[in-house]
Amino acid sequence: MTAVLLNRRTLLAAGGSVLAASAVPGLLLPARAQNLAPTASMLGGSNNYLAGAPVVERIGKGGFWMSGTVRRAGDGAPLAGQRIQIWAHTIEGREHEPHSHGATLTDKNGAFRLEIPQIIPVFGQPHGHLAYDSGEFKTVFLRPVMGSPKDTSLEAHFVLQPA
Amino acid sequence: MPIAAAAASPLLAWRDPLYTLAGFAGIVALGVMLFQPVLIGGYLPGLPGRIGRRVHLFTGATLVAAVVIHVGGLWITSPPDMIDALTFTSPTPFSPFGVIAMWAIFAVAVLAAFRRRLGLRPRTWLFAHRLLAIVIVVGSVVHGILIEGTMEMVSKLALCALVLAATVKVMADLWMWRRRARLRDRTDVGASSA
Repeated sequence: MTAVLLNRRTLLAAGGSVLAASAVPGLLLPARAQNLAPTASMLGGSNNYLAGAPVVERIGKGGFWMSGTVRRAGDGAPLAGQRIQIWAHTIEGREHEPHSHGATLTDKNGAFRLEIPQIIPVFGQPHGHLAYDSGEFKTVFLRPVMGSPKDTSLEAHFVLQPA
Repeated sequence: MPIAAAAASPLLAWRDPLYTLAGFAGIVALGVMLFQPVLIGGYLPGLPGRIGRRVHLFTGATLVAAVVIHVGGLWITSPPDMIDALTFTSPTPFSPFGVIAMWAIFAVAVLAAFRRRLGLRPRTWLFAHRLLAIVIVVGSVVHGILIEGTMEMVSKLALCALVLAATVKVMADLWMWRRRARLRDRTDVGASSA
């Protein structure tokens, strides 16, 4: 009879709690953590990437916040002044269009925040793209997905390892 | 109905015509899929199974065309996303379901076109078609439900439920008709020998 309990809902709930449990320590612990594993590039993360997006105040008219942190693998030290490139399909343009791309720099706490136009679902999921590819550390492409198309912010976190 | 509901989607304002066309070709394909089992089962009033089977061929060809427009249009819209999907390396969970359904649709079309030349026995052909039809319907329904796009949720779920229900019904009916025919044959033989 135990098999009855293994439906989609309980599996999702169980999987979700496992994910949450494994994600929380990384979010709550302050900067220094030993043996912090580097972030791997996500599938499809580099799609429609354009090299050399300029550092901008904000992309287009803004209205949506893309934020996150950049830390060093191993000790988890925040990395300041790192260039993060951001692009997405928004209400102002498609993913591959140059005006949908921009970059920003991390502050002294390794945090970044860039205002971009509202992201809308494209190719079946509302998602954004971020890249670190400045060379000092290994290149990482992220592709975070929004919990709901109505969200007005999205986070992505980088843990970089030396190139 | 589902097409009208999707046409009202606010997302369309930020999509170019080709992307919109590709997306709607997918909705059309799902709609055409509902007709396939209905035609074979002869469930439409005024369209008995005999004629329905012939129309089934044309709607089948329409389904292939819609899938080609769907995949081709998406390819032109964003080649890297489509390459990911076709090589099963896509981050989106719905992609493999769609790609598997696509190959199953093409396989049925190829088998249907060449089954005589291939020397397929009718029973082998029917078995292969039914098996692939299950793959197509399940793959397409999962693909459609998991996508966050222009389709409106209620009409999407309703269409998916209808496609599933029609498929289950025709499979059950075909099985029962064959069983009845076999029983009739047996009683006929019994009657003639008596």
